[in-house]
Amino acid sequence: MSFIRRQRYLVDYILSSMLRRKGKNFGLMLVYSLIVFMLASVMLFTHALKQEMGLLLQASPEIILQRMVAGRHDFIPETYLEKMGRIRGVTERKGRLWGYLYDPSVKANYTLMVAEDQALDATEVIIGSAIARARGIVPGDYITFRSFDGESYSFQIKSLLDHETEIVSADLVLLNRKAYRALFGVGEGVYTDIVLSVSNAREVPKIAEKLVQRLPDTRPILKQEVLRTYDAIFSWRQGILFVLLAGAIMAFVIFAWDKASGLSAEEKREIGILKSIGWETSDVLHMKFWEGAVVSLLSFFIGYLFAYLHVFYASASLFEPVLKGWAVLYPQFQLIPSVDGLQVATLFFFTVFPYVVATIIPIWQVAITDPDAVMR
Amino acid sequence: MNRISLDNVTKVFNQGRPNEYAAIRGVSLTIEPNKVTCLKGPSGSGKSTLLSMIGCLSRPSSGRIHLGDQMISGLPERFLTDIRRHTFGFIFQQFNLIAGLSVIENVILPAYPLAPDHQSLMMRAHELLARFELDHKADSQVQWLSGGEAQRAAICRALINNPQILIADEPTANLDTKLSHAFMGQMSQLRKLGKTVLITSHDPVVFDSPVVDSVVELLDGSVFLGEEHAA
Ligand SMILES: Nc1ncnc2c1ncn2[C@@H]1O[C@H](COP(=O)(O)OP(=O)(O)OP(=O)(O)O)[C@@H](O)[C@H]1O
Ligand SMILES: [Mg+2]
Repeated sequence: MSFIRRQRYLVDYILSSMLRRKGKNFGLMLVYSLIVFMLASVMLFTHALKQEMGLLLQASPEIILQRMVAGRHDFIPETYLEKMGRIRGVTERKGRLWGYLYDPSVKANYTLMVAEDQALDATEVIIGSAIARARGIVPGDYITFRSFDGESYSFQIKSLLDHETEIVSADLVLLNRKAYRALFGVGEGVYTDIVLSVSNAREVPKIAEKLVQRLPDTRPILKQEVLRTYDAIFSWRQGILFVLLAGAIMAFVIFAWDKASGLSAEEKREIGILKSIGWETSDVLHMKFWEGAVVSLLSFFIGYLFAYLHVFYASASLFEPVLKGWAVLYPQFQLIPSVDGLQVATLFFFTVFPYVVATIIPIWQVAITDPDAVMR
Repeated sequence: MNRISLDNVTKVFNQGRPNEYAAIRGVSLTIEPNKVTCLKGPSGSGKSTLLSMIGCLSRPSSGRIHLGDQMISGLPERFLTDIRRHTFGFIFQQFNLIAGLSVIENVILPAYPLAPDHQSLMMRAHELLARFELDHKADSQVQWLSGGEAQRAAICRALINNPQILIADEPTANLDTKLSHAFMGQMSQLRKLGKTVLITSHDPVVFDSPVVDSVVELLDGSVFLGEEHAA
């Protein structure tokens, strides 16, 4: 009880002394928060991307089969579904029709996809909520697309895609097969690609091999490969960011050491006074511990909070120059807020802990000097 | 009531080094409780050094200091601090108030490590300030106080833990004659309350004051037994 009360007195004291040295303490906290902000931004960003990758891949089929013509992706005839024959381990195969459509009014590409299972009329569409937001439309409204031959087609919005799957579906437009063919001028009897579902992931390479044998002009794209590619690019970019940040961390350590350990004459005198009026060495150390703790905890939370806002509400805009490459993989990504406890703990340990130690050690030297120094 | 007795106390600074200096050389004396005692002597005679040893701010190089029955020389720092904060109140020449804090915050500072109940602490502090006519300045920053006010704030701070013994090192050095007399008045008040007061000074206002019960004169680190006090 009295221990807690004593700590309260000490915290009281350091709060008022921090206010007395506003300049020093706010400068320190600013730099400190900035470092935490940078580190936390990278961590949150990469973690969220990883999460998202998982989500994206969960939704994607094990194998996507594309037909290649002169080394380029081309439409694949319906007959390939038959030509492929039965392959053991494949639980489902179906053709997909999709394509990109540029909308000049919002300067963005939509992904148009035929949804057989949605029972859509030729004049109805289901759109992703990002499109609805960008165009300011709601179900029941009409949206107009220009076709390949310059015609305008209006579609009524039947509903919006589920908010939950927004990362995958933000730019998606689901439509009827006839509407698709009219918009893109694609004839009957072809698909954009064929997707295969495989129940046992270990059979995937074998199946891919068979597909290439039976349909030599096709290219199977495996979920595992996509995953590996993503992972490689991802790690490389994170690596670059961390190298950049290592410099920042070094600078911070030097800065913190200097700021925290360089006791001004005034502070030394103050410690002398405290000792002479009956404070013990341990009281002074406790008090300084609290000062370090308050500065670092506050900076940590401020930095982390801003990093969170930066990554999830400002689309990590400060990292754009380094991370722009992601845009190729994720046409318009919007990160879902997600925080990893272990990452928070790691960051906390590497920023707060060294700082508190850096504040205490030099104080130790001053605090153990004889209290009669103030008499001279 | 605790009598303070010193037995052949010495203090040597920088012992064993070329700049070794014996500031106190074999001082034996007794300070009676509930009296005002003044240590006088020229500059450099060792008044502050002796005072800091009596007040448990430092330890003698040799000799013994007793506080009542307890020998306090030779105790480890932790115990010294404990005795110091319960038994002694200090008033320093430079006042040593902490700038940027208010008067009341300065006054209650010695109580922090003892962690008393906040409400009763504040009450005690305000009582003290009222007694020394400083209550109206309770929330002013100490750096704006006049010399006399700062002095009184320092006295209040010295008294906050209700110590038995008050130690003042050159308390009037920064005060004019009128304020010095006022200070001695305050000391006599404290003696009436049963406190023991120990002052160092080379100011006649202090050592010639009727408030002072006994004067000890120091010269070059030893007690000087001049004629005037032999009488
Ligand atoms: N820490 C120290 N190291 C070395 N010498 C010291 C130390 N403290 C005091 N002295 C020396 O001891 C002597 C006595 O000092 P002290 O401060 O006790 O004198 P004083 O009587 O209080 O003088 P004044 O009236 O000027 O305050 C001085 O010569 C001083 O230089
Ligand atoms: Mg002195």
